[in-house]
Amino acid sequence: MTAATLDALDALESEAIHIFREVAGELERPVILFSGGKDSTLLVHLAAKAFAPAPVPFPLLHVDTGHNYPEVIEFRDDLVARLGLRLHVAHVQDWIDDGRLVERPDGTRNPLQTQPLLDTIAEHRFDAVFGGGRRDEERARAKERIISLRDAFGRWDPRSQRPELWNLYNGRHAPGEHVRVFPISNWTELDVWRYIQREGVELPSIYYAHERDVFRRDGMWLAEGPWGGPRGAEELVHKTVRYRTVGDGSCTGAVESAAGTVEEIISEVMASRLTERGATRADDRLSEAAMEDRKREGYF
Amino acid sequence: MGRDLLRFATAGSVDDGKSTLVGRLLCDTKSVLADQIEAVHRASVDKGLATPDLSLLVDGLRAEREQGITIDVAYRYFATPKREFVLADTPGHVQYTRNTVTGASTAELAVLLVDARSGVVEQTRRHAAVLALLRVPRVVLAINKIDLVGYDEALLTAISKDFAGLATSLGLTDVTTIPVSALLGDNVVERSPHTPWYEGPTLLHHLESVPVAGPEVNAPFRLPVQYVIRHHATDYRGYAGQVAAGTVAPGDAVVVLPGGAQTTVAAVDTADGPLAAAGAGRSVTIRLTDDIDLSRGDVLAAADAAPTVTSELDATLCWLSDKPLRPGARLLVKHGTRSTQAIVGALGERLDTDTVTWVEAPGQLAINDIARVTLRTADPLPVDDYAAIRATGSFLLIDPPTGNTLAAGLVGSPLE
Repeated sequence: MTAATLDALDALESEAIHIFREVAGELERPVILFSGGKDSTLLVHLAAKAFAPAPVPFPLLHVDTGHNYPEVIEFRDDLVARLGLRLHVAHVQDWIDDGRLVERPDGTRNPLQTQPLLDTIAEHRFDAVFGGGRRDEERARAKERIISLRDAFGRWDPRSQRPELWNLYNGRHAPGEHVRVFPISNWTELDVWRYIQREGVELPSIYYAHERDVFRRDGMWLAEGPWGGPRGAEELVHKTVRYRTVGDGSCTGAVESAAGTVEEIISEVMASRLTERGATRADDRLSEAAMEDRKREGYF
Repeated sequence: MGRDLLRFATAGSVDDGKSTLVGRLLCDTKSVLADQIEAVHRASVDKGLATPDLSLLVDGLRAEREQGITIDVAYRYFATPKREFVLADTPGHVQYTRNTVTGASTAELAVLLVDARSGVVEQTRRHAAVLALLRVPRVVLAINKIDLVGYDEALLTAISKDFAGLATSLGLTDVTTIPVSALLGDNVVERSPHTPWYEGPTLLHHLESVPVAGPEVNAPFRLPVQYVIRHHATDYRGYAGQVAAGTVAPGDAVVVLPGGAQTTVAAVDTADGPLAAAGAGRSVTIRLTDDIDLSRGDVLAAADAAPTVTSELDATLCWLSDKPLRPGARLLVKHGTRSTQAIVGALGERLDTDTVTWVEAPGQLAINDIARVTLRTADPLPVDDYAAIRATGSFLLIDPPTGNTLAAGLVGSPLE
């Protein structure tokens, strides 16, 4: 391979590393939003590569809905220890306990993450928040900038986004505002998996096929858990499943799959007829513009 | 070596069928998944349409769907066994300069659509002028709706010739003309049975086979330093950045600008180990043989072909803000990894994009204006002509009180 040619994964990796370094160079208090999912795990991997041999110069922030898979929390703590990272956790439960948030009737806590996120950003005066959003995930995200301004209320205004030219990113903001940063904007789901394979990136075990008791709700296989379920006529069945995204347990479905290795997942993704959000995220099905509405309010 | 990556942009006026072409590329490369197709079908039925409106795949914001227009640049992704594609889909009518400049700034190729029934129109000239100004290396003229002109070879040849004249006057050197029907799929992915007289590639085949590398590859080495990586335990000190142009290898003589110190590259590091050489686009960490003062904002460049260090810039601006620009304005310049204050001097000639001629200097610049300008910067900047090296020839103008991006700046006059 000559110095002049980069393959697609090299080009995407170099772009992401460039974005991490720009933010480290220009902003005061960045943080990586970390869910334990594959996209945020990939962010941590890329951040580690961007600053090697020095450690990653910013902490992680996990907004914990309390509706977790124990495997993911264990994975998170191992990763933090292995890379010598600092971790902040915002527990949604704390906001419910002191009355700042009220539990929803459907038990779903994904929409409840926004306020703890914004409160924690304000408390720590974080001015740049890295997220694992990709433009291929959803139509509103296709218009998102790589560095995207949020006002003092954390809101996104899609009508007044700054033009983003060449690779000259503009992270300027007023006090109290912050920017969201999406280093893997240009990656597709397949790129993410191919890169995970190439780099041997470790993921939580729930991404790979395993046996689990699940029940059917709203066309998805949900796991039994403290978030409520199964209810009424919903029946627990034993299945071989895996997760394509990691989210709040009440609304993140598993897919039936026997894919136990990255190679098998790549074959499955290539043959798949559904996007990952459409298949397994009830929160995106709420309306035609569900993601746009949540992003406007400050969601990732 | 796996598949490589081509970044390209589409441009065209409102009814040229651009969204349909993009939808066709996505569908025919099987990049649109079942739930997305289903969502488009549902939305098309809701709007009372008989056939699915493929443009709904692209229009992502609520206001866009409600108004049936595309407001903002949208990024789309598809792949073939040979190559991955990042497509910047730039809307034609609202703020066309802002959107086309944005889309073109990262594109190695642009697909410019014209309607076969109307040929080269005012909008085509405007878009071509912006693509030429931004120095997009390759242009495809896609003559769309050929089904509506009876696949008439003579008509298509005439449009092609008409555009060739425009391209020559703008300095667009690499133009490929492809007759297509986005609606029916002729020559988009599959070769059309109706155009036996056309011997060139289909659009997708062309996109798959053009070189992805731009002229930066063979330019002299440039690397704006982003960040100094220090690791005390191993006494490591390296200068992190993305190779903006040319190639860098251990032993290369380099100069640090704007300071001017000369030194030699000791190593080109990555997290995966040192490289024998790194080319344009690669993020690396450079170690130098001498212990010199170097920080974010400095540029490492080939010692024998260095950029010009200057605080007086002759430049071309694409003005992207509602707030007008007047001579004497105090703004921020962001060039590479350095930001510095600047005072706007005289406004020079403005580009009349309808006639593609430079006309008399205006008193102020309004949104979508393209004009020549002089700038005086507080700190000297190491710059190249945009026409020679895009990365070190481009800059942003930023409004100090709001932080908003006001203009895309190009050093020199890339459109002569």
